[in-house]
Parts: sequence; structure tokens; C-alpha cells
Amino acid sequence: MSSHRPTSYLEGISAVDDAPSAAAATLWTDVWRKMRRDKRFWVAAALITMFALMAIAPFLFFTKDPQACPIVDFAQRPSRQHWFGTDILGCDYYTRVIYGARTSFKVGLVVASVTIAIALTLGSSAGYYAGKTDMIASRIADILFSVPTLLGAILVLTLFHGGGALIIGLVIAFFGWPDMFRLVRSTVISGKSRGYVRAARTMGSPGRTILRRHVLPNGIAPVLVFAAYVIGGAVGAEAGLTFLGVGLRLPAISWGLQLAVADTRFPELAYLMVYPSLFLCLMIGAFILLGESLRDALDVKLEPND
Amino acid sequence: MTDQVLAIDDLQVEFRTEEGVVKAVDGVGYALGKGEVLAVLGESGSGKTVHARAIMRILDSPPAFITNGTVRLGDIELLTLDEDDMREVRGSRVAMLFQDPHTALDPVFTVGDQLMELLRERRKMSRGQAREESLALLQRVGIPDARDRLDAFPHQLSGGIAQRVMVAMAVALEPEVLLADEPTSSLDVTVQAQVLELLGSLVAETEMSMVLITHNLAVAVGLAQRIAVMYAGRIVELGPARDVYTTPKHPYTAGLLRSIPDIQVREERLPGIAGSPPNLLKLPTGCAFSPRCPLADDRCRTEVPAFFAVGPDRWSACFHPDEVQR
Amino acid sequence: MSAGDSMLETRDVVKHFPLNDKVFGSSGVIHAVDGVSITLREGEVLGVVGESGCGKSTLSNMIMLLDEPTSGQIYFRGQDTATFTKDERFVYRRQVQMVFQDTFGSLNPRMTIQDVLTEPYTLHRDVVPKEQWDDKVRELLALVGLDPTHANRYPHQFSGGQRQRICIARALALDPQVLVCDEPVSALDVSVQAQIINLLKDLQQRLGLSYIFVAHDLSVVRQIADRIAVMYLGEVVEYGDEADVLLHPSHPYTQALVSALPTADATGAVTGKRIVLSGDLPSPANPPEGCRFRTRCWMAQPKCEAEKPALIDRGTGRPAACHFVTSDPAAPAAF
Repeated sequence: MSSHRPTSYLEGISAVDDAPSAAAATLWTDVWRKMRRDKRFWVAAALITMFALMAIAPFLFFTKDPQACPIVDFAQRPSRQHWFGTDILGCDYYTRVIYGARTSFKVGLVVASVTIAIALTLGSSAGYYAGKTDMIASRIADILFSVPTLLGAILVLTLFHGGGALIIGLVIAFFGWPDMFRLVRSTVISGKSRGYVRAARTMGSPGRTILRRHVLPNGIAPVLVFAAYVIGGAVGAEAGLTFLGVGLRLPAISWGLQLAVADTRFPELAYLMVYPSLFLCLMIGAFILLGESLRDALDVKLEPND
Repeated sequence: MTDQVLAIDDLQVEFRTEEGVVKAVDGVGYALGKGEVLAVLGESGSGKTVHARAIMRILDSPPAFITNGTVRLGDIELLTLDEDDMREVRGSRVAMLFQDPHTALDPVFTVGDQLMELLRERRKMSRGQAREESLALLQRVGIPDARDRLDAFPHQLSGGIAQRVMVAMAVALEPEVLLADEPTSSLDVTVQAQVLELLGSLVAETEMSMVLITHNLAVAVGLAQRIAVMYAGRIVELGPARDVYTTPKHPYTAGLLRSIPDIQVREERLPGIAGSPPNLLKLPTGCAFSPRCPLADDRCRTEVPAFFAVGPDRWSACFHPDEVQR
Repeated sequence: MSAGDSMLETRDVVKHFPLNDKVFGSSGVIHAVDGVSITLREGEVLGVVGESGCGKSTLSNMIMLLDEPTSGQIYFRGQDTATFTKDERFVYRRQVQMVFQDTFGSLNPRMTIQDVLTEPYTLHRDVVPKEQWDDKVRELLALVGLDPTHANRYPHQFSGGQRQRICIARALALDPQVLVCDEPVSALDVSVQAQIINLLKDLQQRLGLSYIFVAHDLSVVRQIADRIAVMYLGEVVEYGDEADVLLHPSHPYTQALVSALPTADATGAVTGKRIVLSGDLPSPANPPEGCRFRTRCWMAQPKCEAEKPALIDRGTGRPAACHFVTSDPAAPAAF
């Protein structure tokens, strides 16, 4: 066939520059592009950054000494000297509320890291190796599932007579990990039947390497979204537990504590309730917004345009 | 053209994506006569499926947009119908048959339920009548033990039987035109033959017209009177099936013919077509096929060939139709 | 090892999957593979053809040691794979590699092509030292006809045919002796299928590989296989040289398969008498007694149910599992 170009190994390359989509190099840049355009992301990012700064460097916010509580100043309404007024002990309320962010953040991070750690290890093992590992892990998770997180936490914390942010975080995580465990487990179960996992097995790749290299990175998306919700939920849980009296105690600074006190002095000192509630809502809301925008951005169709 | 049933002119469909605008269908037009089978042949990116969905108006919009064209079914213009009227047309005048029967059938309802629902809603039959008619339809499409199958769930059916059920549902309302989108591609070879025979006999009996979308040239030649070959959203060749098969007038058609392995012959090297299927986001200037074409010259690379007649009832979008060797 | 020696051999390999639903079948198992004995000789391509439910994919899985046979043995170069130590198994994975049907699903979307091709080297660290990885990647890409500068791209940036080339390159990274190709071109466009078939053929000859080529498309198998095993419902029904099996099929199922190919001659006329099989594929949970094909066979007799036809040569020059095999080429589907 004289008119026919001789075929060669380079048949795979066409004469035209063969870069189908030089855009969207990685899937994460795709995700980032979507998030960048989502207003919710920016609102959430701004709020979370602000709260993070409050937690790390509260002095940036013109706070006073949180422990300086001249009793003589007690229960003053908001004024120029005390922007949020003073609480019943005479402390500058604005400072106390700002410092409350640190506690909430601490608890949120403890809960998130412990939950993710447990859920990832147990969930991937249960999902990938199935069999006995799965049976045991799932049964434990089921038992804990049957206990409502807050109720269980209240029970345990009552035994502990309350505790610091670390203890509370651990207790919340203890009752809360089954949720994420289930998510990781089902993600791993569906992930392990992927073609590239099969290919890795034919290469002789051991299970833990497959999990690390193939299954988890491709399944991490919903876990990240869930993590955002977990942090938000943890912040709320701590506040709730503290409010009920089983969480942090004085001299700890927590919005939950502030709300508990504000509750007893409502409605005469109504302002006491406003500020911690507002901050609490904003912080929880910020994490939820982050989760939402992350979830929508991750809703990428991974199929090519065939 | 005796009794034109479907006439499409300059149909254009765009997909507006993150990465840019993709012209999935770029000026497709043809006419379909009563009882005629037209095969639309193409590979991925050709636009063959998108054009059929555009006719049925079942494209997701966004991201797809029908930006131009007319689709005349008898005396109605389909593209400008409002949704309620279009819903009336779907199924009863134009029906579509999909590739994978198991994704098109609802797994939680029995076959009988799905057929009966169709008949009761659209042809206003009573329960008893619908059941009778459903049974008749299943028998018509050659399903053995039809009475038992009425109460079967889709997952209990093999691929071939499920596809026959799909055919039954497609022709239940006696449409004038059937758009069959790769109806046998997901079936085993021995079953493909059966389903193709079924389609052929239905067309012959009822004078229903059919647009058979496929990538398999031999399937096309076996069933169709005319073949339209699509590439990168356009029809690049159109003509009587035998003629297109024996003397193609477009190098892509010729390339396709050469790519098909023949069980009779063991080739040292299958000629095939060089290069990769077109990237609709980055089409070359000039003829979309030029990068892969053995006949391409400078004109081909700068000018887009028009779709013009190269003989009676023969069209090609190529500057060198007579140099094409099979 | 001389050419023609047994590379891979399955002896009476059986795989049964337990059925949870005891309603179907007396034994409550799916007979995915029921006594398959085939041999891949060194330097040859063995085609395994059949339709859905025939067990060819299950067979490939077992050959790749991804699944254990319920009974039967798999021999690699004369050694029973069941006796492999952990190390021997690991080495086996280097020597027998696989190419899959799904080009997109076989590649981790988060890994660049560079990562994909060097992954085997991260597992088998003694094969190629790290300094040579880049060179190896370039070499592999060139071998399969891809531009080496594209190594830093991601799978979704390539077309289906290109992705399959990447998968082939990955399979060759460890210098295997055997490639098990499981429907490697079925998901590709026709124009690209030809390229990949050509590539596989060239590689086989250049690198002296042996292939097990699993497919359902007979005309594709014709182009590349030296010998063919035809499978139906977990068993081999015909086995022999490709030209013999495909052009002069002895077993009625093979005849039906061949005749079902939509073929058109040079004038566009549909040729050959198309055998249309009656009935449906029986459930692998409840295969028919005796000859499994008899429920759809036009020649079926009482003997077929009473006595299971063995896979032996009945005068046609190659094994066929049918009582009524003739060497008479005037059987249906004469070309």
C-alpha cells in the first residue's frame, strides 16, 4: 500500500501535540480550583484562620490578662473599657471569650486526630483484610455505636470527675470514632477492587503498601470532608459537656463554662450569653462550611471524556 | 426519498466544560425513510451517541447545549417542542434502545411491571389489557417462557434476554423511529446475532425506521441500507451500505475497514489507523482526520473539507475521495 | 529450556465459588472453572476464548496466583506453584505479569506515569538500581511507542490506547517471561485495537515472550494466537492450532462462535450460515449433566446427557469434547 504510511512503534503518537488536557495536571489542583471559587470556602477559611490566631496568639486581639479578675468590676455591661463587659467574677469578658477559642480548638484537634488515627488504622485493616479482623473491629464499633456519643461521654466523664481538654477530647473521640471507621472501611472495601489494586497485587505488593499507595490516597476525599464535620462536632460536644458540668471546670476557660454561668444569670445579664454563643456558632459553622465546600469541590468525575 | 420519516439538518451540540467548549456534534444532517435502517458508524469522540441523545432531547443541559439544527419528525420540529410535548413524542414516536440493558431497567420492578406501567400510562390500557399486551410483546421479541419472565426481575435475566426486554419496551408504543445505540456491544457474540436478527425482523414487519449506532462495520453492513460514518462530530461519509463497504470514499472509512481483523486472514501486521482518536478540545486546523491520514496534503491541513456529493446518493467530506484505497 | 517447553501448565484446575443462596443447584457452588488443563509453551501465544461465564477470567486470576484453585495444580516451568515458598512466589510475580481490559481502572489516577512504571522497582528492589530508574522509564515508554517526555503526566491525560500502552510498559518493567493478557483490546476503539495487537505481537517476537491471550473476539485472537483453547461453562471444549480451530472448528460451540461473527465478504454480502443457538447460557451454579453444551446444541442426543464427552482427539487431529465430532468440514459454518 504505497499510500499508507508505514506503521511503526511510534503509532501511539499523533502528529498533533498529544497533550489531551495539559490543564488539570493533578486531581488536587482541580479540587483547589473549584474551592477557590466557592464563597463558602473563603468565609470558612477566614473564620478558621481568625479562630486559629485567637488560639495561638490571643494577644493579637488586644486582650487583657484573662486571669486578672478584680471582683469589684463584676457584671458590668459592655463599655469602651470592657468591650464585652465583665463576667460575674470581674474578668474582662472579651478576653475570656477570645481565650475560649484555644480550648475549643485544642479539643477539636485532639478529637480529630484520635478519631482519624483509630478510624484509618482499624478501618483500612477491617476493609482490606476482612475476615476476623473485620469481624472484631466491626463488632466493637457496633457496640460503641449503640451508645449515643454525648450520653456515653457524660457517663465516663462523671466517673472521671471531669478533666482537661485532652481527657475530654479522648472521651469524645472514644465514642465518636465508629462513624469515621465505617466510612473508611466502606471506602477501602470499594477501593480494593479497583483495577490498579489488582495490578499492584500481581506485582507482589504487600497489603499495607497497597493501602498506603493506592487505596487510601484515592479514598481520602470523603474522610477529609468528614474530618471537618468531626472538628465542628467536637467543638460543640465539648461546649455541651462543659455546659452540663461534666466537662471542663474552672479555672479553665471554655465557652461551655461561660454559657453555663450565663444560663444562671439569664435574663438579667443577657449579654453574658450572647458572645460565647456567637463565637461557638461561628466556629462550628466555619468547619461545617469548610466540609461542605470541600465535599462539593471533591465531587469530581474521575472518568475521561470518552 | 420515499416517505421521509426523520430529517435532520445541521445539528450542532456543544459541551461547556471546565476545560473549554467541546463541539461534540458539528453539523450532522441526514434523512431517514420509512422502514429504512441507517447505520451511524463511529468510534469514541465521533459524536454518534450524543447526536442520538440530542434527537431524543435527553442530554444533560448543562453541560450539553444544542446550539443549532432542525430535527423534523414527520411534520413536527422536535428541537423546539416544549418538554411536555416532547415527553409525548418520546417512546410513542421516537424510541431509544440503549447499550447496557441492565442499567436501563429498573432493578426493583419486575419486567412485567415495567412493561405494564408503560402501556397503562401511555396507551391508557387497563391492568388486564396491559398484562396481555406485555405477554404478547415478550413473545414477539422471542423470549422463551414469556409468561414466567413477566414476573422476573432484571438481575435474573441474562444479557441477551434483558436486551430483548429492552427491545420490547422500545417498540411497545409502536414508534416510527428507533434509535438503537450500540444495542449489541455489551452482549456475547452468540447472543448479538440473535438480537440483530430480531431488530431486522421487527423493522421488516412494522416498517419502523431505525438509526443503528455502532462501531462494528460488519454489523452495519448486515442490517443497514445506508451507512453514515462519523468522525470528530461530523459525518465524513454517507452512502448505500454495500458501496461504502466496498469502495469507501473517505480515508477514515478505509482505515476502519483495514483495522478490522478478519478471522479468515492472519495478518503479519494489521494496517489500522495511525495516531489516536481526536481530542475534541484541541482539534487540528483543517480536516480533523488529517493528522492520521495517509492522503493528507497541505490543503487538508488548512481547509476543512465540505460535505459534498461524490456520486448519486454518495457524500464525502474529503478532498481526495477517489484516491481512497480500501 | 528449549523452545516448545512447557512454560505454564494447568492440570485439572477447578475453582468453585460458594453460593450463599441454597435455592439454586444441588451443590450450592458456582462452577466457575471445572477441570481445565492447558499448556503454554515457551515462545508461543495461547489464546483462551469464550463468552461470559466460561471461566476464562477466573482462570487468569488463578494463573496469576490471585486466587487459589479449589483443586488441581498450576505448574510454572515444571514446578508446582502450590509448593512455592514466599520468596519463590515473589519471584513468580516478576516472571508472570498481566495486562488488563480496563485501561483506565488499571492505573492509579493519582500517580504519574513515572510513578506507575517505577512502582515495580520499589517492590523488587534488586532488579534495577534507583539511579537507573529514569533511563528505564524512558526505555519502556519508547518500547511501547509513547513519547518519553510524557512520563510526568497523569493517566487521565492519555487516550485509551495510550493508557493500554502504559499498562503494557508496566507489565514489561520487570522483564517477565509470560504475559497474561485478559481482554487487552476489548475496551478500545477499533482503529486503536489494531495498533495494540501489532504492538503485542512485535513485543512478543522481539523479547521472546510467551502469552496467554484471553479474549472473546475470535478474529482478534486469530491474529495473535498460535494455539487456542475454547472454553464453555468452565470447561475446555476444543483445543488446538489456531488455524485449525478457527477455520475448521470441530466442536459445535466453536462452530457457533465462528459463525456468529458478523462477516461480510468483499462485496458486502453477509457470508456464512449463521448458527443461532437456542436457549440461554445455563447457570454456572447448575451446569447440565453430561455435556454442558447439550442444552443449546442442535446435534444433542440422549448420549450427550448420559455420558460426558471427554476432551480427546476423535480423528480431527486435535482434542474436542463432543461425541459427534467429525473431521468433515461440511459441518455447519462452511466458509
